[in-house]
Amino acid sequence: MAFHFPKPTPQQNTTTADAGLADSHHHERPRGLMRWVLTTNHKEIGTLYLLFSLTMFFVGGIFALVVRAELFQPGLQLVEPEFFNQMTTMHGLIMVFGAVMPAFVGLANWMVPLQIGAPDMALPRLNNFSFWLLPVAFTLLLSTLIMPGGAPNFGWTFYAPLSTTYAPPSTTFFIFSLHLAGISSILGAINIIATILNLRAPGMRMMDMPLFVWTWLITAFLLIAVMPVLAGVITMMLMDINFGTSFFSAAGGGDPVLFQHLFWFFGHPEVYILILPAFGIVSAIIPTFARKRLFGYASMVYATASIAILSFLVWAHHMFAVGLPLVAELFFMYTTMLIAVPTGVKVFNWITTLFRGSITFEPPMLFALAFVVLFTIGGFSGLMLAIAPADFQYHDTYFVVAHFHYVLVPGAVFAIMAAVYYWLPKWTGHYPHERLAQVHFWLSVIGVNLTFFPMHFSGLAGMPRRIPDYALQFADFNMVSSLGALLYGTSQLVFVLVVIKCVRGGKKAPAKAWDGAEDLEWSVPSPAPLHTFETPPHFERPAH
Amino acid sequence: MTQPNRNEPGASNGVRRTVVRTVVALAGMFAFAFALVPLYDVFCEVTGINGKTKNSAQAIIHEEVDESRMITVQFITRGSSGLPWELDVETRQVRVHPGQTNEVNFTFYNRSDNSNWGRAVPSVSPSNASLHLRKVTCFCFEEQYLQAGERIEAPLVFQLTRDLPPEIKTVTLVYTLYPVAHENEPLQAQVTAGKGDEA
Repeated sequence: MAFHFPKPTPQQNTTTADAGLADSHHHERPRGLMRWVLTTNHKEIGTLYLLFSLTMFFVGGIFALVVRAELFQPGLQLVEPEFFNQMTTMHGLIMVFGAVMPAFVGLANWMVPLQIGAPDMALPRLNNFSFWLLPVAFTLLLSTLIMPGGAPNFGWTFYAPLSTTYAPPSTTFFIFSLHLAGISSILGAINIIATILNLRAPGMRMMDMPLFVWTWLITAFLLIAVMPVLAGVITMMLMDINFGTSFFSAAGGGDPVLFQHLFWFFGHPEVYILILPAFGIVSAIIPTFARKRLFGYASMVYATASIAILSFLVWAHHMFAVGLPLVAELFFMYTTMLIAVPTGVKVFNWITTLFRGSITFEPPMLFALAFVVLFTIGGFSGLMLAIAPADFQYHDTYFVVAHFHYVLVPGAVFAIMAAVYYWLPKWTGHYPHERLAQVHFWLSVIGVNLTFFPMHFSGLAGMPRRIPDYALQFADFNMVSSLGALLYGTSQLVFVLVVIKCVRGGKKAPAKAWDGAEDLEWSVPSPAPLHTFETPPHFERPAH
Repeated sequence: MTQPNRNEPGASNGVRRTVVRTVVALAGMFAFAFALVPLYDVFCEVTGINGKTKNSAQAIIHEEVDESRMITVQFITRGSSGLPWELDVETRQVRVHPGQTNEVNFTFYNRSDNSNWGRAVPSVSPSNASLHLRKVTCFCFEEQYLQAGERIEAPLVFQLTRDLPPEIKTVTLVYTLYPVAHENEPLQAQVTAGKGDEA
């Protein structure tokens, strides 16, 4: 089908109001604060995303530490159960929507144009808008903490009717903030797709793109497919709460189980949105520091696409205990296990890339290697959870908490850390302080494992999630987890220190900052000037 | 391989085409999310996997009673917060043959000082029995209106069809009471009830 539109381009259509400002942008650049508010430069917007994400990472981290502090010993010491529930909910929402997703979008903003030889993102003004929606969304979300009745307290999965009939009045604000964050993600995804499909350097085919670009392209398609479903679900919640509909209320002929189906139809692809770009990052870093070409490039692309397609067929494995018919339990069990195949292909390729490589252990490589090992542990506990009959035991226990934190913290978050260390020389022109980065790495690895590994055991022993108090036999595991969380949380201050030091100075980095780095971004100077690839580079296919 | 160079007009046309397509996909997925609500109901009704029963009366199938099997049918009634009613059933359990027509009486009692609207919502367990449960008369098809302290009796006439899977020995029917929001005086309420039925 062909779509023909008269002139003004879409960008001009959407931003006619500030067209004058955008004009002045080209002639004299706004200075000070306004430079950042009005910027349409992909590098500056990327930086904004990353700084926002870092802020949210600490906010969500503090909430997690409140949770861990309360769980340090059995009994209720610090916070009321009601507030505890608000903390678990806000921690989840902020980490997923405020920290990890914006971090990946920020990395995409910075690196996708550089990696494909484009001068900027395809829709720069839309890019500015999609970033500035985020501070609004999360200010709104955080403001619910001081509202009467408190913040959302129903878990980040906000199951109805807990989140409709029995929810605090602030839920409507929560819905609105999630709508804004969702629109931001959608606009970001449109921009990334438009950039990758249209602005590649002459001569660069799809199968020449770096894997970070590939994984982000597939992630963006996932976002396009499922964020509208999330928007639909929360719109239905909004109507149930405020307009007397009964989508999820059995009293009016609705169905609470329908909520879970709709939520997880969004939710499972969402967890792959949180991990696919991480696969791309690791696929860039491991070949660089093993000084070998990535093993199985094409299979990596196909594996990523298969994971994305399968992610639409597995949602009910989150609902094994809800009373599904046997045939559904079997179907979702098998499709879930099937995902282990393309994921296994990826892990195999990373390890084979390392095989007989000449490996060095710079900070990005340390995080990437930790990612491979620890993400795989999270993958295995996921396989255990996929076994439907066994899941009746694991469901809603700390085993689930251990599983998804293993794939999200040493998975997604470590990959983001690796990416930051990998590309900091390109961003700032300086290498990050090696010794401090190593300290950060080792404290993080020890902290993460101390925090989350004991949760496997407390979960298998039956400790339920989302409860502020627990039986005495779980006391030791929880104390270890809490100490680990404190260590992991505080060691992230080292990361901030490394970044600040790196911005302000340090060992100068050349254009090609890492020995084995091959992609296009290493052909521009370090630090990358504000405008790059204004004349398209000639892409040379590496000889195979 | 050729693709548009971004310095040529082709690139901005390409961007525009991509944007239009993604926006169409977005609108489609948003609509799909809402379409899933009726689709889910239809799916559940066709397959019977959610324990949902038909919301309207069905005709009795005249078939020979299967004397060889006895099925235990249990009734569970539950109140809910927000509706000060009691729902009772004359017997908690009956033993029936497939194909046989049965009648069981339920009692609604409003123990509050106010009159209200309420509704009993059914659920069948195991869920694969729900396709084989035919209700001829059921109070659950409509909303009830009870004056303060009023007590009414309402019958359930049902039949388990002969093709009920042989592994099912017990069928449990759960009725949960829910309030229905008609915040009007009784006389007006009857008027609004008519509107409610149309809608």
